[in-house]
Amino acid sequence: MTNDHASAAPIVLELHNAVKTFGPVVALADGTIELRKGEIHALVGENGAGKSTLVKILAGVYQPDRGHFTISGADVHFHNVGDSKAAGVSVIYQEPTLFPDLTVAENIFMGRQHLGRMRLISRTTMRQKAAELFEQLGVRIDPERLAEGLSIADQQMIEIAKAISLDASVLVMDEPTAALSGTEVERLFDVARSLRERGAAVLFISHRFDEVFALSDRITVLRDGRYIATHETQAVTVDAIVHEMVGRDIDAMFPKTDAEIGDPVLTVDSLTQKGVFRDISFEVRSGEIVGLAGLVGAGRTEVARAIFGIDSYDSGTVTIEGKALKPGDPMSAIKAGVGFVPEDRRKQGLVMSLGVARNATLTLRHALSRFGLITGATERRAGAIWTDRLHVKTGNLDAAVSTLSGGNQQKVVLAKWLATEPRLLIVDEPTRGIDVATKAEVHRLLSDLASRGIAILMISSELPEVLGMADRVLVMHEGRLTADLPRAEATPQSVMAYATAVSQ
Amino acid sequence: MSTVQTEQTKSQSAKASDIFSALSRIRELPVMVALVALVLGTFLLNPRFLNSQSVKDLQLNATIVIILAAGQAVVLITRNVDLSVGSILGLSGFTTGTLFAVAPGIPIWLVFVIGVAVGGLLGAFNGLLVTTARVPALVITLGTLYIYRGINNAWAGGKEYFSGDRPKAFGNLSVDTFFGLPIITIMAIVVVGVLAVALGRTRQGRDLYAIGSEPEAARLFGIAVGPRVFVAFLINGMLAGLGGVLYASRFSSVGASTGTGLELDVVAAAVVGGVAIFGGVGSVVGAAIGALLLTTITSSLTAIQVDKFWQQAVVGVLILAAIIVDRIASLRRARRLREGGDSDE
Repeated sequence: MTNDHASAAPIVLELHNAVKTFGPVVALADGTIELRKGEIHALVGENGAGKSTLVKILAGVYQPDRGHFTISGADVHFHNVGDSKAAGVSVIYQEPTLFPDLTVAENIFMGRQHLGRMRLISRTTMRQKAAELFEQLGVRIDPERLAEGLSIADQQMIEIAKAISLDASVLVMDEPTAALSGTEVERLFDVARSLRERGAAVLFISHRFDEVFALSDRITVLRDGRYIATHETQAVTVDAIVHEMVGRDIDAMFPKTDAEIGDPVLTVDSLTQKGVFRDISFEVRSGEIVGLAGLVGAGRTEVARAIFGIDSYDSGTVTIEGKALKPGDPMSAIKAGVGFVPEDRRKQGLVMSLGVARNATLTLRHALSRFGLITGATERRAGAIWTDRLHVKTGNLDAAVSTLSGGNQQKVVLAKWLATEPRLLIVDEPTRGIDVATKAEVHRLLSDLASRGIAILMISSELPEVLGMADRVLVMHEGRLTADLPRAEATPQSVMAYATAVSQ
Repeated sequence: MSTVQTEQTKSQSAKASDIFSALSRIRELPVMVALVALVLGTFLLNPRFLNSQSVKDLQLNATIVIILAAGQAVVLITRNVDLSVGSILGLSGFTTGTLFAVAPGIPIWLVFVIGVAVGGLLGAFNGLLVTTARVPALVITLGTLYIYRGINNAWAGGKEYFSGDRPKAFGNLSVDTFFGLPIITIMAIVVVGVLAVALGRTRQGRDLYAIGSEPEAARLFGIAVGPRVFVAFLINGMLAGLGGVLYASRFSSVGASTGTGLELDVVAAAVVGGVAIFGGVGSVVGAAIGALLLTTITSSLTAIQVDKFWQQAVVGVLILAAIIVDRIASLRRARRLREGGDSDE
């Protein structure tokens, strides 16, 4: 299969200028992609570039606010997943969605099981058809076994078998290789190539450039929700693609002021959690903001959770100002002066139905209680101290935090930890889902905290945020620390290169 | 990948484990074994346990619970639950008693239709609330349990209808036998058979399993989750309605408290019969056998003169045993799959 052939082949699917917003958040500003018959097309972009949103539009999960969408030349408007399936689009998500209690065969043919006598399902036919599909794919999975407990690779094969049996003309694979081993990736690629031979259009989303270049015929780049360019794979270099992915100016939105950097507060030594991350060593000093960058799934959040003691680890040590923390014990971390602002503040950082004051003082329950009881007045007094200092905009400290804006919610989470007077603050995606103005406020706040001598470890998927805020940038790739860059050496290109491990 | 094995190892030992795994896939097996063991054991201790009158009593006692457990299984499989079935049965039973009392000449078949319709209506109301309100079915049907019972109380007051008001032919449904089985028991068997085929062998039936197995995946897949769940509640309500009519045939009186507390027996029967409380797994046949087991235990403990205060404790132990056996089996299965997966390459 040559590129000449691919570019001459007819266009199967076309999406132009698709826009998708969620309230004030623009997830996709210009979603454009064009798939030809018999090509493997890679879609690349940073975290948050809009790839998943685009995939969900193709899948019929989201309906675009605007845009032009055609399949085989005809306009389409998908209202649900069924519509996209009927139009010949099959999507394989990163985490396949199977029914664990049903057999493999039934998972493939769900909703269109083969009927025999009296319009009843014929399990025998279904089993045979499933076995034939697996034969075609060259994989050995027992069609009669339950889907529960199958490896991710096998689950993907079932999704692919499903797509083939539906005779899909477009197959979308959203980061299919993220959880696969080397041989499994090879097998998946063989299958993808054979689908191309059969004339299907395969859209392949990956962060791994070696795979993108080995497999794809063309590459489309998205950045900040916008279409940037489409290239013939043979005519483009990794550097050029990386440049297009990150190419934007870092504006003055991220005001990290210089702070006096003191002694190490956090020291992590050879921290390993089998199968998740290994051999992580670094330190964070007082007054320092250390950014932890990397792609989604690189293991950043897992490292943070292990440091704080939510998850245990297999080997290595975590020390705070010289004192070792007990593995898997958040209370000891809190006592030692660690605060943790989790990524998902709605689920993990706040109790949404409780009031502002109560949320802000959750970490102080013991300190505030007298004879084991806490009064509302004490709570309000303590809550007011930090919510005032952080300018949380709320009319009433008893108002449920669910009524606050995202930015103000984040401030309540910060207030909760600041009230414990932490030495180290771990913040995971501190500005996700927060509007631009409040973002700057959160950044100013973090910077201010650092200048008061707090050590800050900041996980962020937004490169400008990391580069603007951090004194040092740690980069993780597939569970390992690949770089420790001082501010001067941290550029979009260098961080991206280490995060995708294209160069060393 | 996980099934890759060399030809040599896939010989006898593998065949034995094939048989084992085939057996372990039959979720009804433990409850069947328990039932057979119970009946045999009791028979050895007290041979009168299996004389023809006691066998008939066993069948009659189990009939209504079997029908309700089968209906409950349909709902449980979708990862929902219906706690209002006792109250539905009560309303349907009292409707039956009232119909025969106020319209003595009413045809029996019409009473069946009306009883089933009353149950269907109440079940549909449950289904409507569950599918629109996005509140767990446990809470909603707990509410309707009291609402339906309240309506029954308000309507019946202190009034009770006795079997004397009903035509002899109606009562005889629970007396006459056909091939050794009471007529109402035959009805229950037909209900279970039809439901078993509908759930096991039709696309709509399999959808119910898919919904219970992974509701989010079912939605992503494009299965009409709401309508399917609604129908499950509708069917369950109709069967509880049928149970009410049969109750009026089997027992002498129907009143304000008819069927009180039955919902727990019914859920227990389904769970003991291998229907997972978290959905996606189990069968109406299993639920029916579970119902037979639970009602038989009561008779059998009486037959071997165990204090009746102990009988409930025994039922409780059975429920826990069923859940523990299930848990152990699934842990073993998971371990086997994991080991199988690791031995690749």
